[in-house]
Amino acid sequence: MTSTLSSLETLSPLETLSRPAATTRTVGTWLSRVDAIAKVTGQARYAGEFPLDDLAFGWLVTATVARGSIASIDHASAYAQYGVLAVIDHTNAERLTDPGDATLLQLQDDQVRHWGQVVAMVIAETSEQARSGAEALVVRYQQQEHDVLLAVDHPRIFKPDKVNPAYPAEVSYGDIDEAFAAAAVQLDQWYRTPAEHNNPMEPHACTARWDGQHLTVFDSNQGAYSVRTSLAKLFSLPSDAVRVLSDYVGGGFGSKGTARVPAVLATMASRALDRPVRVSLTRQQMYYLTGYRTPTIQQVRLAADEHGQLQALDHLAYSQTSQILEFAEQTAVMSRMMYASRTLRSSHRLVALDVPTPRWMRAPGEAPGAFALESAMDELAELAGIDPIELRIINEPQVEPGTGRGYSSRNLVGCLRQGALLFGWSERDRRPGVRRDGRWLIGTGVAAGTYPANNAPTTCTIQADPDGTFEVRITASDIGTGARTALGQVAADALQVPIDRLRLRLGDSDFGQAMIAGGSMGTASWSWAIVKAARELRQQLSEHGLGEDGLSVTADTRADVAAATDLVRHSYGAQFAEVRVDEATGEVRIARLVGVFTAGQIVNPIMARSQFIGGMTMGISMALHEESIMDVQFGDYVNHDLAGYHIAAHADVPAIEVSWLAEDDDQTNPSGIKGIGEVGIVGTAAAIANAVWHATGRRQRELPIRPDRVLRNGR
Amino acid sequence: MTNLPTSSSITLQINGAAHYLELDNRTTLLDALREQLDLTGAKKGCDHGQCGACTVLLDGRRANACLLLAVAVADRQITTIEGLANDQQLHPMQQAFIAHDGLQCGYCTPGQICSAIGMLAEARAGWPSAVTAPAAGSAAPTDPLVTDPLLPDDEIRERMSGNLCRCGAYVNIVAAISEVATA
Repeated sequence: MTSTLSSLETLSPLETLSRPAATTRTVGTWLSRVDAIAKVTGQARYAGEFPLDDLAFGWLVTATVARGSIASIDHASAYAQYGVLAVIDHTNAERLTDPGDATLLQLQDDQVRHWGQVVAMVIAETSEQARSGAEALVVRYQQQEHDVLLAVDHPRIFKPDKVNPAYPAEVSYGDIDEAFAAAAVQLDQWYRTPAEHNNPMEPHACTARWDGQHLTVFDSNQGAYSVRTSLAKLFSLPSDAVRVLSDYVGGGFGSKGTARVPAVLATMASRALDRPVRVSLTRQQMYYLTGYRTPTIQQVRLAADEHGQLQALDHLAYSQTSQILEFAEQTAVMSRMMYASRTLRSSHRLVALDVPTPRWMRAPGEAPGAFALESAMDELAELAGIDPIELRIINEPQVEPGTGRGYSSRNLVGCLRQGALLFGWSERDRRPGVRRDGRWLIGTGVAAGTYPANNAPTTCTIQADPDGTFEVRITASDIGTGARTALGQVAADALQVPIDRLRLRLGDSDFGQAMIAGGSMGTASWSWAIVKAARELRQQLSEHGLGEDGLSVTADTRADVAAATDLVRHSYGAQFAEVRVDEATGEVRIARLVGVFTAGQIVNPIMARSQFIGGMTMGISMALHEESIMDVQFGDYVNHDLAGYHIAAHADVPAIEVSWLAEDDDQTNPSGIKGIGEVGIVGTAAAIANAVWHATGRRQRELPIRPDRVLRNGR
Repeated sequence: MTNLPTSSSITLQINGAAHYLELDNRTTLLDALREQLDLTGAKKGCDHGQCGACTVLLDGRRANACLLLAVAVADRQITTIEGLANDQQLHPMQQAFIAHDGLQCGYCTPGQICSAIGMLAEARAGWPSAVTAPAAGSAAPTDPLVTDPLLPDDEIRERMSGNLCRCGAYVNIVAAISEVATA
């Protein structure tokens, strides 16, 4: 869907471009979402909503053991159900080529590597028939003993070569043990975070259709080009024989970052049956097939001198991966750039278990890492008798500790000070457990946050049409961020034309290579390519004019991104929480949250506010609710649906106040844009945990902060 | 031996129009809307009545379409998100969601809007919620709109908690509903 607006004047692009530059820019202004009407009227179509002629439906059959092999699958049991067209399993599935992600090698052998792995797919004329066939399919297993529990003393714990995406697993400088032992104030604590599941509201779905040797898929993902690349490799196709369309995407939060099972199996089934096939995951299947946030166990050692200056910062993180693919979360990397410590160590340990493969979930690394680091900073402040905001300011680095690299821009101190003003921090009584409103204990807490603000190579095509309009084509993805609106604003300013002269098209892999909507790099990376293409188009139009067919320019930022200087590029935030804790039941209610951020140029204040609030809301959810509970006996996640796995609902979320500080960062990309999708969740859980301590006098070092833990822990 | 399905011929009344359908009896109202009638506005988020994305209005009351068999609602008036706008004019709730940016990815949005419309009707009818305080000297809850005609935000939050939003648009959704409630 494009964002064309009506009643255009008839001006050629040359005339348009020769007009005086607009006196007001579009970037930074309050513009409503261009796709809001489509979304509030139900007209926006998501991947599983394209009605194709002769469409068949695939339903997945998943493993009910956590480790073993498939002994037999009785196809006849499914064919006995009316409407069943085919049963595909490892005995008859097409052979696939590894695209560099072994989780996509579906139905290739008889081995079961985790509970919920796909063991067969039943295809039928309708979804009811496919489901009936799948439920009737008899699968027998040779079960083996499984191993599904992360523990620091697990015998197969190892130090990975690198952590996501490509950080060294360990960084250290100075003699940390000597510095720790000699320091005036010392803290040595363990923190735990559970497995959490992304749970975008739209379950992963894909509708695949073959036209001769050409494949078209309607797929729910965060990057259509990346999915195209994976499908082409898997099915040994030339990449131009595959088109991935992802117009509207119902959230992802990392779980749709790369191709997932539905795209592979819909493609496989469609080829096998020579007709279009749709595969939609059930909410339950998402818990095993789409990735999740690894559970972590973290040790943080902090030591400071009598002035609060950090002498040692030691952050060790344990996490899990699967037997299929090594994914090592970068849980402790935030500690490498956050504070100026005289000595530092940040290190990771991993163990491969018989579990689904953990992947990215909103602020992978930083979200659980900040819970540990920022809780520990609050504990150190208590031990040192220093205000927790002042402790952070005392340890504000001028350059990255250890490496000496500069920051492209950094204003964490500004966030802390502005947040303190908005929140009313100066009136705070530092003593824990002394405020009460009836049976409710009241406390406040603060935490800092950060997330990298990098760029990745992207291509963009802009076409000037003879009717005076422009079409911008880029394989960007709007998963709810507002990219469809924000990129139009960026393009309008770059072309120096009114936004209603643009048609922005995204979510189509035919538009070329582009960064995914992930890693807080989407808007920044896409904008860079748009700005570059617009500049080149303006140049060509002024030199050569516009032909009868219009003029089109494609730009690629690969060289520009590679030429970037070696700086630390991050966004920052400070979060403040006020909580009420029921003394009798241990229930924690959030009374209010305040977040102040710096994230470069804010493209659209309405949508930026919404996204920061959204991150903080997921932070409430992480702090108080979310926990995927592993059943050690069966090896599955017990609470694998939205009834058992509670995500924050309306009643859990109070007023949230968000603001940001102006920041002009000309070292990050031409538009000075930093991503904002992830920084909003980083630190929220720590601010809440610190507030619970302030209310009760009891530290909460394990998430989520359940009532039973409030009553039991930290005494 | 193949198990033959049982099917029924029914007429569904949707957004003021009658739709004749020959349906597998197992078909939910949600799947009938989405797969048979190409009304994909009602979303499938969980298929278990846990998320509210499929909320439609059934004789004016909100209902999870994924928990209803289509054959069981043949005599009911069904309103979906596609039926709210009138003569190119958005419903005030749709307008308020846009004005307050009460949506991000948009997948929960149709359910939130239908639910909000049904919820306000419930509140206006005097139905209490779990956070409605009892009337003075009585164990019975007061009419929330009698005690506070502005329908406090905590009432809206409580009554809307069956509609999940993973993008975290709740703050803006509550503002949008509050605006319509007080209009």
